[in-house]
Amino acid sequence: MSNTPEHLVKSYSVELNKLHAMIAEMGGIVETQVAFAADAINFRDADAAGRAIDEDRRVDALEAEIEAFVVRLLALRQPMAGDLREIISSLKMTGDLERIGDYAANVAKRSIVLNQFILPFSLSGIAHMARLVQENLKMIIDAVGERDAEQAMEVWKSDQIVDDLYNTVFRELITYMMEDPRNITPCTHLLFIAKNLERIGDHATNIAETVYYAVTGEVMPDERPKGDSSAYAVVRPQA
Amino acid sequence: MATMTSSSDARRSSVATSMAGIKTHVATGLNPARISIRNLDFFYGDNRALKAIDLDLPERQVTGMIGPSGCGKSTLLRVLNRMYDLYPNQRATGKVTMDGENIIDPDLDLNSLRSRIGMVFQKPTPFPMSIYDNIAFGIKLHEKLSKSEMDERVEWSLTRSALWGEVKDRLSTSAQGLSGGQQQRLCIARTIAVRPEVILLDEPTSALDPISTLKVEELIDELKSDFTIAIVTHNMQQAARCADQVAFFYLGEMVEVASAAQLFTSPKQKRTQEYITGRFG
Repeated sequence: MSNTPEHLVKSYSVELNKLHAMIAEMGGIVETQVAFAADAINFRDADAAGRAIDEDRRVDALEAEIEAFVVRLLALRQPMAGDLREIISSLKMTGDLERIGDYAANVAKRSIVLNQFILPFSLSGIAHMARLVQENLKMIIDAVGERDAEQAMEVWKSDQIVDDLYNTVFRELITYMMEDPRNITPCTHLLFIAKNLERIGDHATNIAETVYYAVTGEVMPDERPKGDSSAYAVVRPQA
Repeated sequence: MATMTSSSDARRSSVATSMAGIKTHVATGLNPARISIRNLDFFYGDNRALKAIDLDLPERQVTGMIGPSGCGKSTLLRVLNRMYDLYPNQRATGKVTMDGENIIDPDLDLNSLRSRIGMVFQKPTPFPMSIYDNIAFGIKLHEKLSKSEMDERVEWSLTRSALWGEVKDRLSTSAQGLSGGQQQRLCIARTIAVRPEVILLDEPTSALDPISTLKVEELIDELKSDFTIAIVTHNMQQAARCADQVAFFYLGEMVEVASAAQLFTSPKQKRTQEYITGRFG
């Protein structure tokens, strides 16, 4: 779509470009938010946590603004074909981005609680997860900007690694809790943090599916394997 | 319709039987072809206005034809009921088949063809006579009906074209006194009065106000249970609303044909995409 000519009605082109820019801006803010949240856990950085939480207001405001703008475009322009797909996709993506922002803020809040504890184990699993999720998010926001269906497909596939890692972290944390009940409070927060990161990854794949549809007009071919098997996980204490 | 003739009852029941017999294609949602156009070329003198058109009009569904002015869509409609026969130097080559007959075969009986394929034009064209006679006029050319049969046929046509309630008390007044929207529905009534199989609509609402337009669109939706319909329109939203299948024409070629849902959300051809999103030229 990027090489299509301008719309005959210039003001329509201007509005479509504005919508694209708003989504890019929202993507940028959410990306920073997730980066701050990751720093908050990795470096026990309460300032970073505060900034991740603060950004949430801007994200929510942008979401409302984009939604209103989309409704207006639909009513006034009656978009067709590629324009229609782009506008509807923007509406869907803004929802996903807003959720990602919420999860990032939640991770940041929990990291502040975690700072009160001395952790007798390493957070390398969660740190690794956070890094992968950040990479995927960056890739997908770039794909949105470039309208790149292939890159969207890459992100969609790579979410499997995040899911696998989440299952490992989940089991690991249960083990720490069994070892010492004093670990229960921080580990519970860490479980939620891991889950939030995993959800961020899922929303990134939603965006990937949306980009793919907006660009190609086709629904992504196959069902992604659902990687989160923690719902079935049982870790039994050693007898 | 309390006063249907026994013949139209029979017709209705035959419609119902054959409706049940239509096998709608599962993937495309389209019925089998009523008219098949193959390799159709059309010439205004030396000017080739249609180029190798292949298109099926699915039975009892609506085919929309869109494209910029001069793209050949109205020409195609004119070919389908041989309007071009009136003009020298205009000719069509290729095949347009309905029931195994080639419509563009010069030996074909035009009167019978035009009773099977009716046409409605952009501007309402009521005859300068009463509302009743506007409908009866065409029927008398093809059939001999008694007074009561004619009354019932007129009522049936006006009811089917959603005009009966508005004109039933003034059937003997001049059709020229009707509003534009009513006149256009009268023309549709006149077309269906001879009970054609196919109805061709050439921009039927471009001269109407929005409410009359919606009434005609609603009528098209009603009529497709009995008739195969082709509609040429400049209004893309109208094609999207009315048509089951939409064909996009450009410079005498048919660029793309697909279900309306497919064409207006994910057209395959770049030219279609550019035209329907308003990026043409």
